[in-house]
Parts: sequence; C-alpha cells; structure tokens
Amino acid sequence: MVFRRTDGGLAVGQLRREMDRLFGDFFGPGGTAQAIFPARGFPALNIWEQGDALLAEAEVPGVKPEDVDVSVVGAELVIKGHRGGGQPDGVSYHRRERGVGEFSRTVRLPVEIDADKVSAKLQDGVLRITLPKATAVKPRKIEVNAG
Amino acid sequence: MATETTFEKQADEPTSAERTRSGQFFRPNVDIVEQGDELVLVTDLPGVKPSDIDVHFEDGELSIHGRVQPRAADAKEFLLAEYGVGDFYRTFRVSEQIDATKIHADYNSGVLTLHLPKVEAIKPRKIAVQVS
Repeated sequence: MVFRRTDGGLAVGQLRREMDRLFGDFFGPGGTAQAIFPARGFPALNIWEQGDALLAEAEVPGVKPEDVDVSVVGAELVIKGHRGGGQPDGVSYHRRERGVGEFSRTVRLPVEIDADKVSAKLQDGVLRITLPKATAVKPRKIEVNAG
Repeated sequence: MATETTFEKQADEPTSAERTRSGQFFRPNVDIVEQGDELVLVTDLPGVKPSDIDVHFEDGELSIHGRVQPRAADAKEFLLAEYGVGDFYRTFRVSEQIDATKIHADYNSGVLTLHLPKVEAIKPRKIAVQVS
C-alpha cells in the first residue's frame, strides 16, 4: 500500500484506518491523545475535528502571544513564531534541552477553512486554533419529504 | 531562515515512588544554568495551571510535578496526533548545597523558573598546630 503524504503530513483518513486495522484503537477510550506520528517540526501538532470546525493545538511554552503568527490560506495552516528566553552570555549551562529561536510549521488540512473566522488562543503555553470549515464543505442536512 | 527545533516530547516512567493517578506522563524539557550564587532551572510545563504545580526539595532531591487537565477529551478521531497529553514529572539530584528556605519559583506562559540559591560557602578554617 502506498501512502501519499503532503509535506504537512496529513494522509489522514486512509492512514488512520490502516493504523487502526494494524494496531487496534490507538487513541484509547476517551480520545486521550497519544503521539502516533513523529513530530515533523516544532511545534508538534494535534488536530482533530469537532462539528463544523477543526481544532489544532500545539504546545509552545514560553512563546508570547505577540510572537506567534497564525495564518490560513485555503486549506493550509501556517504557524510561525519565535521563542526567546535564552540565558545571557557568560552563564554556564549544566543542561540545555529547551530550544530557542524561530519556528515555522505548515500543514495542509483535509478541508477548506473559512479563513475569516479562524481564531487562536494562547494559554499557559498551549496554543489552540479553531478552524471553522468553509461553508461549501459543511454537511448540509437534506430534508427527505414523503412523496 | 527558519531553524526548526525538534524536541520531541518524551514519555517517561516514574523513577521511584508510584503515583496515585494513572495515565501517561511526560518528562519536561529543562535548562539548568549556574548564575552567580544560584542554580536556575527553567522547565517547560505547557498546559499546567500555576496552582497545579508541585515542587519539592528534600535531601538534595528536587522533584517537579505538573498536573495537566485533560484536553481534547472530546476528540473522537485525530487527524494529526504528534504529541500526547498528560502530567509532567521529573526529579533531579542536586549536588550543590542549596538553601532550601530560599528557593523561589515563578511561572509564566507555560514555563516554570526555579531559583535555587547555594548555601554560602563554608569559610575555610585555619587549624593552628600547637607545638608541644
């Protein structure tokens, strides 16, 4: 079986079904997120569907709201930003695990997004982006009339 | 231009005591620097509320526990799942002599900064040798 993955890495439906078939229910009861795809950059992303919107979440501790830039064009989500907070020169590091600097992440979403209605919230280092689907792709309930 | 930093979130097992809460937990990334007369420990604890952080220092062992409220619990199917959500926990053995009463911490946008002041150096004591 051949998976076609775009750069952002969403071959989702098919891959997900295949994973489920191979390994059972990966996400466990209650939908607790477990890392299943290795992160393809910083920040790592979780994206899920909720009704008429997609929700994207990233852990970006230490990033100030003014230092992160979220944009959506069509079905492409771009998260750019900068994490500062490096220590001044001359101090000696015993451990250094926290990355600093510029980051940029582009993900192709499986549906078109209504870019005007996208909202993002940053709280305690967690960025949550609400991506309402474009009207054209929202499911439309068709009344079935008795003939 | 854009330097990508890939620090993957690591799941971990508790080193000694068992926890009373089940579920996966994670090893937070830290920076530790020595700055003048103190150690400064900077830890990433995204998604942890300030009131949900426990820091303990006893017998030279420092433990950091950040409880994380479940997020995305309403999600049925993930389109992309690159990290897990769960508590953060990590312990350190601090070899420096730390003045436990002067440890202080602050927390801002998911980052905990701990200041661990060293005990003032014991003054060298000159021992006089008596000639008998």
